[in-house]
Parts: sequence; structure tokens; C-alpha cells
Amino acid sequence: MAELLSVQGLETQFRTREGIVHAVNGVSFGLKEGETLGIVGESGCGKSVTVMSMLRLIPSPPGKVSAGKALFQGKDLLKMSDDEIRHVRGSQISMVFQDPMTSFNPVLTIGRQVTEPLEVHMGMNRKQADDRAVEMLSKVGIPNPRDRMNDYPHQFSGGMRQRVMIAMALVCTPQILIADEPTTALDVTIQAQIIELAKRIRDDLGMAIIWITHDLGVIAGLADRLVVMYGGFIIETAPIRDVYAHPSHPYTLGLLGSLPRMDETGQRRLVSIDGLPPVLLEKPNFCPFAPRCKYVVERCWKENPPLMQVSPDHTAACWVNPETGRER
Amino acid sequence: MGKFLLRRMLWLIPVILVVSTITFVLMHAAPGGPWDRDLSARQVDPVTQKMLNEYYGLDKPLWRQFTAYLIGDTNSKGKFICGLICGNLGPSYRQRGLTIQQILFMPPEEKSIIYSRFGYSMRLGVYSLLFAILIGIPAGVLSALKQNTMTDYISLFIVTIGISVPNFVMAIFLIIIFASTLHMVNIVPRSWDEVSVWVLPAVILGFGTMARTARLTRASMLETMRQDYIRTARSKGLAERVVIVRHMIKNSLIPVVTMLGPALAGLVTGSFIIETMFGFPGMGRAYVTAIGQRDYSMIMGTTLIYAVLVALANVSVDMIYVFLDPRIRLE
Repeated sequence: MAELLSVQGLETQFRTREGIVHAVNGVSFGLKEGETLGIVGESGCGKSVTVMSMLRLIPSPPGKVSAGKALFQGKDLLKMSDDEIRHVRGSQISMVFQDPMTSFNPVLTIGRQVTEPLEVHMGMNRKQADDRAVEMLSKVGIPNPRDRMNDYPHQFSGGMRQRVMIAMALVCTPQILIADEPTTALDVTIQAQIIELAKRIRDDLGMAIIWITHDLGVIAGLADRLVVMYGGFIIETAPIRDVYAHPSHPYTLGLLGSLPRMDETGQRRLVSIDGLPPVLLEKPNFCPFAPRCKYVVERCWKENPPLMQVSPDHTAACWVNPETGRER
Repeated sequence: MGKFLLRRMLWLIPVILVVSTITFVLMHAAPGGPWDRDLSARQVDPVTQKMLNEYYGLDKPLWRQFTAYLIGDTNSKGKFICGLICGNLGPSYRQRGLTIQQILFMPPEEKSIIYSRFGYSMRLGVYSLLFAILIGIPAGVLSALKQNTMTDYISLFIVTIGISVPNFVMAIFLIIIFASTLHMVNIVPRSWDEVSVWVLPAVILGFGTMARTARLTRASMLETMRQDYIRTARSKGLAERVVIVRHMIKNSLIPVVTMLGPALAGLVTGSFIIETMFGFPGMGRAYVTAIGQRDYSMIMGTTLIYAVLVALANVSVDMIYVFLDPRIRLE
């Protein structure tokens, strides 16, 4: 399948009082048509900043995309004019955000907010846009969508709001949907419903998805490929099965170990990864995970490992093969 | 909504009661009385004073004077005169033959109510409020959008002046600059029908409110700009202008509206000084004069009108709230 989006060497920095924060350091990945890509990693590892940088939604100042390309259908999103990028946002690439409570404007009706992209990108009038929005709201499972168009966000429950959010992102049938931790703020049963909804809609509309999460459990049944990030670097990428079957970075291994498993018999303590995520004030010349790593060898402190091929289609940035415990 | 309004209107009754009690006590606690004159002038002789006291009921005990004001009492000729509950604010002690409501609300012959003392004060209040809103809100919005630029700093400078310099000081400065030095405005106008003579008093009266509005709008805008839903709006591909106008401003105005209630009260109280300084034919100046003259019923009547105005301003702010923020329901 054709490459829809290709991010190459993306770097984003934030100027703060303490110094320059290197939030994203040379991140590269690709997204094929209809593919679902998962980006996982703990809070502050640069997942959100990566996708926000692509769409130029980073508040600037203090943020700045300092290097890299984000080719979408052959055009660099980072070099587009403000007008051009605006026509990509919400129409070809749209986003669903983490917190459905705060991501809606509290003083505008749901109808108004869902129809906005239609009026801007499709040039629809109010009536056409309303009809389309109602259609989309019913598709994401909002009961009585026509009546609910006039309701305000606070009149919806969290799960319903996230459904509306998804409908709003999809009204213009984008090629890429970016979901930035869309289930984190929801309780577990609602999470499952939202993931089911995402799958159904993906199969319906055939768009590509970038699904950001810190929960490897959530992403397992959804993504085709996985990108694992740590400290602003991509540290492992692989097809989803490979990640679970042969995790090739100690951090990925740690993430998997910290998941509770339903198929386990007997008692096992959940494993946590010792230590804290790195401070991103300096671009490290050693492996950013080294301070927390069980497999650490001398080389880890001297050189930051680049992404290395471990098997076809599977790369990891680690000097050690955690399966054998030996240096590669 | 109707029920809400009714309840708020009923609340006016205790407000009026409390305000009138306090005013009555303070007024009578203050030394002097309506018949006292400047010592250099001819004094009112005791016989006349006694007659006057009888006529106005000042010879009765204080509690009876108070109830007479609120409810009514029989006068010296044995006729019952209804008080405040009938809308009668009482006779003026200094402008014989006129009641307070006539002094405040009656325009010069053949003219509409906006030419009464009350009308003049209302117009001044409305103009200064308009000035405060029409300058203050855009200034605050612009300041926030261009945070930490020259525009922001200039606006903050003016705002700081507006908040820290009392309006009577500013009045003197502006009079010296625009009237005495530049001769641009006439501060002793023969007629208040000209628009130009209104500018200075309205601007001075509204300046502090304008500054506070601008400062609050700026802070509120900066807060709104950081909200998640602004990011959502941008992610939908809306033009920056739409993001600002549709998504930021309405949200930012909610706290500003809250402030406008007390601000109106500020305009009302500020007007005593400004009206006096400019020799303005309004209610504020009449009030200040009445206090000096111990014109008891005039002081009482004007205070009550101000109290009702402030209360009504707060009610209308609560109503505007509902239109701005759908999360608020008046039950």
C-alpha cells in the first residue's frame, strides 16, 4: 500500500526558563493508507508533541519544530503556508483529544461545533452541514442525534462526549485520524466501547489511524504497527505481533511486564520500571533509558543507540538483545 | 426566568429597608440640621424654626419620623400623607414646594425625562459605561493576543494609570490639559446639549472601569487561549480570526460581565465627584449639595434610588450571564 504520511527526522524543542527542552529528537515513521499505527510510551515521552508538531499545533513560542519533514501525500506539512495547513487540519488529517470534558467549547452547542469543519472545508450551508452532522452523530452511536445537536457539551456524559469528538473529527472523512489518548480520561467499560467504535468506523471508512496511548493493553487489538517512544526518541518499531512476541528493547519489555494479564493463573506481582522518566533538558549522548535499565552495559553510557534492524520490519534502539541479555 | 426576576425584585424590599435604616441613622447622627446656616449669614429665627419643624414633622420622635418616611403619617393639619410605600420620597426641605421625585425626575417644561436630573446622570453613566466597554474589551483582547509586545505594554501602562489614579485627580489633570491649556473643550458649558461637553466627564468617569475591564479581559483571554477547546478549534482547521471571535471572546467575557455589576456601582458613586467638579446638572451633584444642606428627605430619596440602581444592575448582570454561559440556569 502507498505511503500516506512520512515523518522524517522530526525535532521539536521548547524554550523554557530552565533551558531548552528537547521534546522530540529525530523521530521518523511512516503511515500507509488504511493502516493503524500505535504510538506508546509514558507521559512526557513526546508522543503528543510529535503529532502536534506534524499539524503545527504546537504553541509557538515557546515550542518550535527545529528540524525534519512531515510528508503528507508528497507535500511537507511543515513547509506549507498557514492557509494550506489549515485546509489539511480537520479535513484530511483530524484529531481526537484526550479529555472530552475540556476539549469542547462549553458555550457553543454540539451542533455548532460539529458542523464547523463542514462549513470551512466543504463549503456546506447550515442545513447541509446539520444533516451531515446528524448522520455522523448517529454513526458514532448518539441516540436522538437531531435533538441533541442543540445541546451543550455539559449535557453529555464523558463517553458520549468522546463519541461526539470522534464524529466531529470524522465529518469531513479525513484520510488520517489522530487519536491522542482518546480513552485515557474514560472509565474502563467506556474505553472498550470507544475502541470498538474506532474499529468499526475504520473498517467502514477505511482511513488510517495514529492512536497514541500509554496503555499497551488498549492498543493490542487495534493497531497494525507499533512505535514505542522514550525520552523523545523512538526506541522500537515493529508490527504489533512482533512487539508482544519478541520485545527487543528493555523499556518495551518493562511496559509489557507492567500489564496485568487475564490469562495468567496464580499470583504474579505487577512489575514496575524503577526510576523516573528522563529530564529532557539536554540531548543525551548516552542511552536515555540506561539509568533505569536492567541490561545496561558500558556501551550504553558512551553512545546513544540508533534504531537497529533486529528482524525484517522490526527495529529497536538498544545495544543489548534483552532476550539473550548479550550485546548485539 | 420570570420566577427568578420576581424573586430578585422581592429581594429589593429588604435591601431598601436596610439601606433606609442605615441612612436615616447616619443622617440624624451627623451634627447640624436643615435650618442651620453659614454663621456669617442671617440665621433662621426660633419661631420660624419651630413652625418649620412642625410642618415637616421634625418635632416628632425619631422612630415616628422614620415610619412616617417609610409608611406615612398624619401631617400638622391632620391629613394622612403616604410615604415611601406609595412612591412618595417626601418634600424637599430646601427647595420649598417641590417633592424629591419632582426634583429628580421632572424635566424642564416640554422636555423628555432624559433632561431631568436623573436623566442627565443616567446618560452620563451610560456614556461612561459604553466608553469603558467599547475601549476596555478590545484593548484587553488585543493586549492578550499580542502578549509581551509593544501593544501589550502600552495598553498595560494605560491600564495601570487608570486603576491607580483616582478619577478626581485625573479630572483635574485632563481639565488642565484639554480645557486650560489646549482650549479644546469648554468646561463651563452654557448648555449640555452639545456632544463635545459630555466627552470629558464621561471619559474620566469611565476611565477606571475601562482600565479594570481591559485588565480583566486580558487575563481572561490569556486563560482562555490555553484551553483545550482552543486547540480543538485549531485542529479543525478554523481560521485564526474565527478561533478568536467565536471560541475565545465569548468565553473570556464571562468573568468580565461579573465585574460589570460592581463596576456600574463604581460609576454611580464616582459620578458624585465628577458631577460636582463639572457643575453637571445631575443627581450626583444634587446629592452632594443635599448632604451639605442636611436636606434629609433628599439624601434619603437619592440614596434609595442609587441602592435600587445598583441592585438592578446586578440583576441584569445575572441575566446577561445566562446568555453567555449555557451552564448557568436561573431556576
